[in-house]
Amino acid sequence: MNATPLPLARRLLPGGRAAVIGLPYLWLLAFFLAPFLIVLKISVSEMENVSFKDLLTLQDGVLQLSLRFGNYLYVLQDELYFATYLASVKYAAATTLLCLAIGYPFAYFMARAPKTLQPALLMLVMLPFWTSFLLRVYAWKALLGEQGWVAELLIALQVDDLLLAAGLIATEGKLMNTPFSLVLGMVYTYLPFMILPLYANLSKMDLRLLEAAQDLGATPALAFWKVTVPLSKAGIIAGSMLVFIPCVGEFVIPELLGGPQTLMIGRVLWDEFFSNNDWPMAATVAVLMILLIIVPLALFNRYQAQAQEKRA
Amino acid sequence: MNRTVFGTGFARRFGQGWLGAGYLFLYLPIVALVIFSFNDSPIPTVWNGFTLKWYAVLAQDREMLAGLWLSLQIAFMTACGSVVLGTLAAFALVKYRRFRGRTLFSGMVNAPLVMPEVIVGLSLLLMLVSVQRALGFPERGMMTIWLGHLLLGMAYATVVVQARLQDLNPQLEEAAMDLGARPHQVFALVTLPMIAQALVSAWLLTFTISLDDVVLSAFLSGPGSTTMPLVIFSRARLGMNPSVNAMATVVIVIVATGVVAASWLIARAERQRALAMAEAQRAGG
Repeated sequence: MNATPLPLARRLLPGGRAAVIGLPYLWLLAFFLAPFLIVLKISVSEMENVSFKDLLTLQDGVLQLSLRFGNYLYVLQDELYFATYLASVKYAAATTLLCLAIGYPFAYFMARAPKTLQPALLMLVMLPFWTSFLLRVYAWKALLGEQGWVAELLIALQVDDLLLAAGLIATEGKLMNTPFSLVLGMVYTYLPFMILPLYANLSKMDLRLLEAAQDLGATPALAFWKVTVPLSKAGIIAGSMLVFIPCVGEFVIPELLGGPQTLMIGRVLWDEFFSNNDWPMAATVAVLMILLIIVPLALFNRYQAQAQEKRA
Repeated sequence: MNRTVFGTGFARRFGQGWLGAGYLFLYLPIVALVIFSFNDSPIPTVWNGFTLKWYAVLAQDREMLAGLWLSLQIAFMTACGSVVLGTLAAFALVKYRRFRGRTLFSGMVNAPLVMPEVIVGLSLLLMLVSVQRALGFPERGMMTIWLGHLLLGMAYATVVVQARLQDLNPQLEEAAMDLGARPHQVFALVTLPMIAQALVSAWLLTFTISLDDVVLSAFLSGPGSTTMPLVIFSRARLGMNPSVNAMATVVIVIVATGVVAASWLIARAERQRALAMAEAQRAGG
């Protein structure tokens, strides 16, 4: 074996390289990218009985391209659709901000806890992530429902009056199936996605920078604002995108915890597909949803790529 | 350092309080489900004495048990497939800094992590339907659900394995190459043992993701292939269901045991490796 010359090993590599890159690449092209192109196609297709008309037809020597933009026009002109898109972005943005407001101090205190405790603290954040998300969301149904523990507590503390004044619940004492329960469920579900990248970022920070800032006369608050926060920008962006993008299209949480007034775009897509059986319309809603998240998605991808380059 | 960051005792207590409240928030629903499952009352939040009757109900619940069995099979296949595809993708991204279409590749690997599942599910289904119309297969069922879960699982597995690969010292592999090992030998004898624990984590993570998935399964399932989360979801829509609470407790116990056992084994292996490394360095240096 020792006699095997190095050039042979080198010559063997290209074959390995082609397989290592090619296999997952082709797989993703076939099952991730191609389906989107099909969705795009179906969103402009005309239904013909139960199947779709081909976009390009050759008839009597005439090549015809027929694109049907009716669905797009309908969605863009319909007020309910517009309001739903707007509401989805609103709920997702509120969830992201709340996750940041709760998660940033959380990650910060985790990163500043005694070093020996940190692995356990991290494990405790990841553990709920391993136990079923569906079941945890389902548990909130009981906790916030009538006679639910959390509901009783919030009512006893008169938080419900506050929520009522803010317009987050419709009637006093009823917390379930409201914008409040929806956002609470989303914050609960996505909080670990905010904490983990922030913790990864904050725990690697060079604490001497803070000492330097304080030696130069900055108060702890000023040092935090001028040093810690800017240095954790990458973590803030990553966490926010990990929360915002999936929240825009969330289906399970609005379905279980939301109410009739809390329409979200993921639910509309689901209903178009499963209840109305209108596949082109569902595809149109999907395409418009992708347009809505394409900028955050590009931001997320750029951050991921940057983080990977930096580590290497 | 702690002194300047936490400053006074008040700041430290505030930090501890924040962490405590955060963990309470994260764990409350899990603890509540376990308690509900032992509650002898039709209303889950009103305690009416201890009972095991919901577990007896669950044991008779054919729909739920069939769903659980199907879900476990799919989760097993998903975890295995995701680790293979994810490891390949992670290798491609870490070992080959430049190849044509790398940006598109890394974009496609990362996107499923955040892409709303309704979009992924709908697009996969519409493609499978198109393929089925052209070729006559595949029928919707276990295999199509597996395909969808694999897409999601691969993305997570790639992230986990990639992070580990980046921390590896490339000189070890180069040394093996210099000593005449062929690429597959380098992989099997040097790289694989070093990334083994990342593979275990990725396997467990993708297993639980698959076991939990509702949206992709709903789009990709066919008649007779109702997974456990689909059963739970359809009952949860109608309200609380004691048999679901019992099922939840069983799932939580299984997953928690698996995760704790795995992380204990990984930590032990890590310690042994660190010891061996220190030993080797002492002997060598």
